[in-house]
Amino acid sequence: MAVMMYWEAIRRAHDEEMTRDPLVICMGEDIGVAGGTYKATQGLYDKYGPERVIDTPISENSYTGLGIGASFLGVRPIIEIMSVNFAWLATDQIFNSAAKVRYMSGGQLTAPVVIRSPGGTAHQLGAQHSARMEKVFMGVAGLRVVTPSSPKQAYGMLKSAVRCDDPVFIYEHELMYNMKGEVPDAEYFHPLEGSEVTRSGKDVTLFGYNISVHWCMQAAEQLAKNGIDCEVIDLYTLSPLDRAGIQKSVSKTHRAVVVEEAEAAVGVGSEVMAIINEECFFDLDAAPVRVSAVNVPIPYNHRLEKATIPNAKSVMAAVRKLLGK
Amino acid sequence: MNAADKKRLLREMLFARRFEERCYEAYVERKIGGFLHLYPGQEACAFGVLDAARPGHDYVITGYRDHVHAIKCGADPKEVMAELFGKETGSSKGRGGSMHIFDTKHHFMGGYALVGGPFPLAVGMAKGIKLKGGDEISICFLGDAANNQGTFHETLNMAALWELPVLFVCENNLYGIGTRIDRSTAVVDQYKRVCGYNIPAAQVDGQDIEKVHAAAKIAVEHVRSGKGPYFLELMTYRYRGHSMSDSNAYRAKEEERMWSKRDPIIMLRDRLIKAGEMSADDYKKMDDDVLDHIENEIIKFAEESPEPKVEELERYVLADNDPWVKGGAH
Ligand SMILES: Cc1ncc(C[n+]2csc(CCOP(=O)(O)OP(=O)(O)O)c2C)c(N)n1
Ligand SMILES: [Mg+2]
Repeated sequence: MAVMMYWEAIRRAHDEEMTRDPLVICMGEDIGVAGGTYKATQGLYDKYGPERVIDTPISENSYTGLGIGASFLGVRPIIEIMSVNFAWLATDQIFNSAAKVRYMSGGQLTAPVVIRSPGGTAHQLGAQHSARMEKVFMGVAGLRVVTPSSPKQAYGMLKSAVRCDDPVFIYEHELMYNMKGEVPDAEYFHPLEGSEVTRSGKDVTLFGYNISVHWCMQAAEQLAKNGIDCEVIDLYTLSPLDRAGIQKSVSKTHRAVVVEEAEAAVGVGSEVMAIINEECFFDLDAAPVRVSAVNVPIPYNHRLEKATIPNAKSVMAAVRKLLGK
Repeated sequence: MNAADKKRLLREMLFARRFEERCYEAYVERKIGGFLHLYPGQEACAFGVLDAARPGHDYVITGYRDHVHAIKCGADPKEVMAELFGKETGSSKGRGGSMHIFDTKHHFMGGYALVGGPFPLAVGMAKGIKLKGGDEISICFLGDAANNQGTFHETLNMAALWELPVLFVCENNLYGIGTRIDRSTAVVDQYKRVCGYNIPAAQVDGQDIEKVHAAAKIAVEHVRSGKGPYFLELMTYRYRGHSMSDSNAYRAKEEERMWSKRDPIIMLRDRLIKAGEMSADDYKKMDDDVLDHIENEIIKFAEESPEPKVEELERYVLADNDPWVKGGAH
């Protein structure tokens, strides 16, 4: 297995899929000649040319719609939206066209597009560049939402998403593009439904996804030193959430903490807690807890920004409180 | 356009008129629900343009006023009516409704309800055609008021920039629901709005099918020959309210009277009669045939068809058993 960075893994998936199928294209702002804001499409323009590696104008809703329309004819576009903050502008086409067309055509038409976009708070980017929008996408029927927490997932999910007949939204993270990890040398397809036990434990389940999986893992390692044995579940699929995986783990550990970078309201934590209630309420030894961001537009000031977003320490504190230790 | 073509188009337009009028009745009888946008008055637009193109071959997309465009592309009117009745035999299996007719077999790629939503989809289809190297073109029919959406300008820009094979047809009926065009739009002539994108454009009388057809021939040839997009503005008028829930109180009776004198069907009929190609009796017989066909075949089919099963409510949300969801077929 080769060690590579998250952006390299995404680039590799693009390259392999574009080599395999001439109808796989990619498009977005600055992805061609400039190689992509996060380098995820570096070198592809020279290799595949401007018809397949398309530098788009700054028209998020319309170039996303263009990709969707092309997908009606069998094209498989991988659309990069530079930041989820800008994906708000494309939600009309994503929600009203891509997600609904199969249903409202009675199964005649489908929109097999992949939309990749990074979100999250990076380093003092301010309120309009720090959105965490996954909660918005996961509530829409007809759209798959996945979120890779490692280079291996980033590579394998994009490969599966390109080939899947449904529209897939891949929520990436601005701080993770340079993260390193092992990626199989052979072609690998990651599932688009499910969750992964990243660490097995018996005292409490920590649910994370994307960057928060890493906070959970750091917290679990620290807590292990104090004799607290955490299980960590990576919810790499946000829509549909893995009911069976959530139930299985909580029925084993009897305690749950859901960790998300976004604000608590109407979020991943709310959903996971609802699933726990529905599936295994009587297995609980304590009320489940959410660790989430403070509900403010993200501040610029470094200290305030840090105070807004959870981290490994806040996860540890929540676990200790839950266990009364 | 020869006499046989004119007679055929007269019949097709008359059929569309009667079909839509029958929808009106069915709505009043509560057989059709939801929003229902009817086409009477505008028939020469869809038939004139599509007859100059290759319906069933070229890709067509439009808004919510979509029954007639679908039928002209080749959709079975029985299935369109069944869709309006919400039946399983409907073109979208009763899941779409009036605003969401689809018939992808005939390359009718759908009716969409968000004003301006189809613009980028149409340009995307044109991109798909170009990538696949086909000789089809993409045709996008929308109203005048849709041109005030950002998608209009964003997609005109991309269509021109990448020289995509797309024909934009603006059916300018002077209103967006109850707001007349001069009250919502700084430049009333829509064809003038595209010159900023270097897209050739024309404005034509949308009530005279021969004129529409002639202008569309030029437009279609331009697009099909690889010269990039074209914009065709057709001046027209809808006779009824915007949808069934529209009181239509905002239009002057005088204006309505004026447009009713320029009815696309009557104008073509009178021309054919004057040229000795048909008699008033022939026309009457054509009309009776059309009405009979609609009642005894189309309405009957829609009435007698079954409703979708509630057990199948969740079908068509996502693909069935897509192997890649599990990470591949291995
Ligand atoms: C995005 C959006 N905004 C508003 C509406 C409500 N609406 C439906 S049709 C319409 C007027 C559109 O007029 P025009 O484009 O001229 O088409 P016409 O109905 O005249 O054929 C409006 C405002 C909508 N469906 N979608
Ligand atoms: Mg109008």
